[in-house]
Amino acid sequence: MATATVQPGTAAARGDLDRGLLRSMLLIRRFEEKAAEAYATGKIGGFCHLYIGQEAVAVGSIAALRQDDYLISSYREHGQALARGVSPTAVMAELYGKAAGTSKGKGGSMHLFDVSRHFMGGHGIVGGHIPLATGIAFAIKYRGGDQVCVCYFGEAAVNIGAFHEALNMASVWKLPVIFLCENNRYGMGTAFERVAAVTDVVEHACSYDMAAELVDGMDVHAVQRATERAVNRARGGGHPTLLEVRTYRFMGHSMSDPLHGVYRTKDEVEEQKRKDPITRLAAELQEAGVLDKDGLKALDVEVKAEVDAAVKFAEAAPDPEPSALESHVLAD
Amino acid sequence: MPTLTYRDALNQALREEMQRDGDVFILGEEVGVYQGAYKVSRGLLEEFGARRVVDTPIAELGFAGVGVGAAMVGLRPVVEFMTWNFALLALDQIVNSAAKLHYMSGGQVSCPIVFRGPNGSALQLAAQHSQAWDAWLAHIPGLKVVAPATPADAKGLLKSAIRDNNPVIVLEGEMLYNTKGEVPDGEHLVPIGSADVKRSGTDVTLVCHSKTVALALKAAEHLAGEHGVSAEVVDLRTLRPLDEVTLLASVTRTNRCVVIEEGWRHAGIGAQVVDVIQREAFDSLDAPVARVTQADVPMPYNKLLERAAKPSVEKIVAATRHVLYLD
Repeated sequence: MATATVQPGTAAARGDLDRGLLRSMLLIRRFEEKAAEAYATGKIGGFCHLYIGQEAVAVGSIAALRQDDYLISSYREHGQALARGVSPTAVMAELYGKAAGTSKGKGGSMHLFDVSRHFMGGHGIVGGHIPLATGIAFAIKYRGGDQVCVCYFGEAAVNIGAFHEALNMASVWKLPVIFLCENNRYGMGTAFERVAAVTDVVEHACSYDMAAELVDGMDVHAVQRATERAVNRARGGGHPTLLEVRTYRFMGHSMSDPLHGVYRTKDEVEEQKRKDPITRLAAELQEAGVLDKDGLKALDVEVKAEVDAAVKFAEAAPDPEPSALESHVLAD
Repeated sequence: MPTLTYRDALNQALREEMQRDGDVFILGEEVGVYQGAYKVSRGLLEEFGARRVVDTPIAELGFAGVGVGAAMVGLRPVVEFMTWNFALLALDQIVNSAAKLHYMSGGQVSCPIVFRGPNGSALQLAAQHSQAWDAWLAHIPGLKVVAPATPADAKGLLKSAIRDNNPVIVLEGEMLYNTKGEVPDGEHLVPIGSADVKRSGTDVTLVCHSKTVALALKAAEHLAGEHGVSAEVVDLRTLRPLDEVTLLASVTRTNRCVVIEEGWRHAGIGAQVVDVIQREAFDSLDAPVARVTQADVPMPYNKLLERAAKPSVEKIVAATRHVLYLD
C-alpha cells in the first residue's frame, strides 16, 4: 500500500505512532484471551500468567527503547515479548510446547527468550532475574556500550533480597539499568500492603541513592515518557532508575486462580476495568480524530486474524523430536 | 618445572587467562584491594585495574547474579566466593539461572561463568564454615564441577574452566592453598572430565578427590609398607561429568574399591561412584565397595571431635583392609 511520507513530530506522525501503540496493546490482549482458551482446553499446560490489564506497561516502556537495548522479565512476560516484536506464532508455539516455539518447547510460558531481539527471558523465580539485569548492564558498561537494560518485575519481588542487592550494586557501579516495577497490587493472592512495610515502591530508591518515578500504568503515554526519561539518565551516563508503574491485572494470578478470587472483590476488579488502558487510548485517538470506530474495528479484526493464525500455527506445529530431551543441557 | 603453591597456581591461571582474553574479569568480596581473602587474586587489581577486578558488597546472591547476567551477554566472569559456605545464599543463581539458561532458552543463551572458592573442612571453624558442597553441586545438570587436588591440576582445571562455554564450579580445597607442587609454565590445560591415576597399584582402588587425595596417597604408602598391599589412587578431579572410563579401568583390574570424600555419606559423591561401579563392574568385584566420609554430623569445633569427624589415613587404611578381608 502506497503511503505519503509522514514528517516526524507532526500530528500525523504522532497519530501513526499512537496507532502502533494501540495495535501492540490489542495484540497482547487478543493473544492472552486465546491463550486462556487454549489453557482451558488443556492445550497449554503448566503455569500460565496472563498480562491482561497491564498491556500499557510493556507497550509504553518498549516504545522508548532502541532495538539494541536489552530486556529481561519475570514469568508474566508474554506481553513484553510481543511488544518487543517477538512473533506471536513463536510465542504461541512455545506456550503449546512445540519445537517452533521461542525456546524450542523447552521453556514454556514462563521462559520465553529471543536473543536476536535482546529479549533475555522469562525467569520463574520471583526477583531472581533482577541481579541478572544488573549484570547485563555491567557488561554494557564493561564494553563501553550505550545500550540500556530494562528489568520488569512485580511489586512482590520488592520484598526479596535479590531486589535490594541488585539495586545497590547498580547504583554503586552507575550502571545503565532501569528497574521497572509493575505494581499490580497483589503478589499472587496477597495484597502488597499486607506484607510490605513500605507500600510506595519508589521510596526504596532512596536507600540506593537512585532516581525514581511513580507512573500511571494505565496510561501508555505516561509509561513511555517516564521510560524515556529513565533511558536518558541511563544511556551513556549510567544512572539507574527505579520506575514504579501502577497497574492492575484483570485476570487471576495464573490460570489456576479464578478471575478475582477471595483476596479481592468483584467490585474492585470491575472498577479497575473501567481504567482499561486499551479503551483509554482508543478513546483518546477517536477524540483526536486519528481513528474512528470503523478504524478501531478494522484494527481489532486485523489483530485477531494475526492471533488466530498464531493459534493455527501452534496447533499444527510438531512437538520436539525425542532427541531434544538431552540437547542444550550444555553449550558446545 | 617451577614449584608453586596451590594458591599461586590458581593466581597464575587467573593472570594468564585475563591476559589472554579481555572478556575475563573477577568479581567477589575482597578480591581487589584486600588481594583476596585467601590471596588467590593477589596482584591482579594492580595489573588489570578496578574495571576487571571488582570488589563487591557482601551480597552473594546479588553478585553471583550479576556474574550470570554478564555471562548471558558474552563476558566471562570468574565469581569468587570467599568460601562455598557463603555460596548457599547464591544457589538460586547457580542452580536456577546459570545451570538452566541454556536449556530453557532452547540453546539461545550460554552462560560461560566460573564460580570458584574454598570448599571442604578447615581447622576448627565449626559447623557453618567447614563443610563440603561437592554432592550438592554435582547433582545439577547444566553445571560442570571440578575439584583439583594438586597445584598443577588447580592451574590446569581453572584455565579450562574459564575457557568453557558453560558454568563451571571450581571447588578449591581450603586446606590445600599452601601445599606445593610442580606446575608447568604457560599453556597448561587439564581437560574437564578426566580423572587421573595419582599412584598405580594392583590390589585395590582408592577413589578420591581434592583434599582426600593426599590422605589416600599417604594411606597407600602405609598400606604398601606395613600391610604389603598395592593400592591404586584414582583422583576424580572432575565430579561432573564423572570420568567413568578411568574409574572402571582401575576397578576392573583391582576388583576392590574404597571411595573417600570430605562430604557426608548420605547421597554423597561416593554414592554416585558406587552406583557406577555396581552397574558397570559388578562381576569384577571381589568385595562390597567401602566408603570413607565425614561423620554424619555438623562439624564440631573441638579439635578431638573434629578429627573424629573427618576422613583420615587411619580410616582409609582400615576400610582398605576391610575390602581386602585382612581383618
